[in-house]
Amino acid sequence: MATNPAAIAAEEVPAADRPPSGTLLAGRWRRLWTEMKRSRISYLLLAPFLILFTVFTIVPIVTSVALSFTYYNIVESPSFVGLSNYRLLFVDDDIFLKAIGVTFTFAMVTGPAGYLMSFLLAWLISQIPQRFRFFYTLCFYTPSITSAVAMSVVWLYFFAGDRKGLLNHFLIKLGVLNEPYLFLQNVDSIVPVIIFVSLWMSMGIGFLAFLAGLQNVPEQLYEAGRIDGIRFRWQELWYITLPSVKPQLLFGAVMQVVFSLQVFDVSTQLVGLPSPLYAGHTILSHLHDYAFIRFEMGYASAIAVVLFLIMLGLNRFIFNLLGRD
Amino acid sequence: MRTGVTGRRIDWGGLLLYLVLTVLGLFMLAPLVYMASTAVKPVSELFLFPPRFFPINPTLINYRDLFFITGTTFVPFSRYIFNSVFITSAIVLLGIVVSMMASYPLAKHQMPFKSTIFSLIVTALMFSPAVLQIPQYLIISKTGLMNTYWAMILPSLAAPVGIFLMIQFLKQLPDSLLESARIEGASEWKILWAVVLPLLKPAISTLALFSFVQAWNDPYASIMYTTMEQMKTLPFAITSISGGAGVIARVGTFAAASFLMIVPTIAVFVLTQRMVLQTMAHSGLKE
Repeated sequence: MATNPAAIAAEEVPAADRPPSGTLLAGRWRRLWTEMKRSRISYLLLAPFLILFTVFTIVPIVTSVALSFTYYNIVESPSFVGLSNYRLLFVDDDIFLKAIGVTFTFAMVTGPAGYLMSFLLAWLISQIPQRFRFFYTLCFYTPSITSAVAMSVVWLYFFAGDRKGLLNHFLIKLGVLNEPYLFLQNVDSIVPVIIFVSLWMSMGIGFLAFLAGLQNVPEQLYEAGRIDGIRFRWQELWYITLPSVKPQLLFGAVMQVVFSLQVFDVSTQLVGLPSPLYAGHTILSHLHDYAFIRFEMGYASAIAVVLFLIMLGLNRFIFNLLGRD
Repeated sequence: MRTGVTGRRIDWGGLLLYLVLTVLGLFMLAPLVYMASTAVKPVSELFLFPPRFFPINPTLINYRDLFFITGTTFVPFSRYIFNSVFITSAIVLLGIVVSMMASYPLAKHQMPFKSTIFSLIVTALMFSPAVLQIPQYLIISKTGLMNTYWAMILPSLAAPVGIFLMIQFLKQLPDSLLESARIEGASEWKILWAVVLPLLKPAISTLALFSFVQAWNDPYASIMYTTMEQMKTLPFAITSISGGAGVIARVGTFAAASFLMIVPTIAVFVLTQRMVLQTMAHSGLKE
C-alpha cells in the first residue's frame, strides 16, 4: 500500500539550517538529527508502543539467541557452552526430532487444508446475499475464538475411549468397529485427532481477511470480465477474484503458517504433556517441557530459536512466492 | 451486490450453495451446542447410555454448583471471573490507546526510521509470541513484576497484529481531513483525539476483538506470572475443575464453566463483526 506523502514537516531542509561545513557524513548525521528533532511529536506518540515492543519482543529475541549458547538453570548465572545445545538438539535428542516430525506432519495437513477451507468458505459466503452472510460467518468463525481449554470438555467426551465416547458409539453402531478404539491414547490416532480439532478451529483471522477482501472486489471488474467473455464462476474466481485479493491471500498465509506451527494447546489439553509415547509432542511442547518443567532455560532457548527461524524462514519463502506483483 | 440466487427460475447451483454452507455450518456449531446442552444436563443424564445430544430435563444445577460448591474452596469462582475480566479489559483498553497513538505517526507522518519500524512490525507478524515466552518470563521475574497484575497485562499490549491492521486501515483514509484540521491550527495531539479517533472506529473494534479473544483465552500468563491462587484467571480455574486430561468426575460443572468462558468471546464478535470486516478489507500484505 503506497503511503501518501504526508503534509507535515516539509522534507527538504531549508538552506539556512544546513551545517556550514564539515564532512559529508557529519552533515548527513546532523540533518538526520534535525529531522528527528522536528518529528519529536511523532516519536512521542510512538514511544509507549516502541518501549513495550522493544522490551517484550525485540529484547526477548536477542536474549533467546544469546541464552541458546549457554547452560542456564535460573538459579546459577548462565555459563557459555558454545554450540553444544544445538548439537544436543539435532544429534542426541531423539524426542526433539520426533517433535519436529509431529509438528511438520501436523503443519503439512492443517496449514494447506485450513487455508484452502478458509478461502473456499469465504468465497462461498461472498456469493450469497449480504443479509444471510452474518449467520454463516458466525458459524465458521466462532470455533476459532473458543479456548482450547474450554473446548476440551467436548472433545474429551467425543473421542473418549469407552463405549460412551460419542465417536466410538457411532462407529460401533455403524459396524465399523467391534470394540471401542482408544483415540486419545493410541499412538496412531493422536495426530489425526489433533489435526481434526485444529481444522475445526482454523477459520480464524485469515478467514475474516478473505471474507472482507472478497466483499470489496470492485463490481466493475466483474462487468469488464463478462464483456471479455468470462462465462463460468470458476473463471471469474481464477482470473478476477484471486488477483484482486492477493494481498489478503498473503496476509492469510502468514497467519496460517504461524497458526499451524504453534500447535500446542490442543495437544496438551487432549492428550496431555507428555503425551503417550510422545505421539502428540510438538516443538512447542518440547520447549515448554524444558523451560517450565525442567528449568533448562539455555536448552529451551535453543528450541525457541529453531522454531523462530522455521517460522520466519517459511514466511519469507511464502512472501517471495506470493508477494511479487 | 452480487447474488447467488437470481431470477425466478429455480437456481440449482444457488440451492446447492446454501445446502453445503448450512450443513457445514451446523457441523461446525455442533460441538458448541453440545457443550451448552451438557451444561444444563442433570447428573442422572450425564452418563446415559446411549449418549444423548439434548437433555431431557434441563437444569441449572451445574451453574449453581459452579458458584456455590466451588465457592467453598480456597478461592471462589467469582474471583477467577473478576481476574479474567479485569486483566482482559486492561489489555484491551490500554492496548487500544498504545496502538492508536503509535499507528497515527506510522501511517500519516514522515519521519526517519518509519519504514524500519513498520517492517519490524511486519516481521513480528511472522512468528508466534510463544517463542518469546522464556525471555519474557525472565524479564518479568527480574523486574520484580511477578505476582502483580502488570505482569499479565504489559507483555500483551504491543501486539503486532492489532497495530498492523490499524496502520493499514489508517493509511487508506484520505489526508484531507487531517490537513484542514492542521490549517485550523490544531495540534497533532488534538488531531489524534478529535479527527483520527472517530475515523479509526472500525480498526479499534477489530483490535478490541482480537486482543479480547487472545487475552481471555490465554492460560499461560496466569500460570507463569503468578504463584498466588487468588490472581489466577478463568482458563486456569477450568483446568483445575476438570482435574486434568481423563478425569470426568464433574463433567456438568466443567461444561458450565467452559460455556461461561466461551459466551463473552462470541458476544464480542457479534458486536464488532461489521467493523471488523471493514478493517480486514485493508489487511493486505505486499512486499
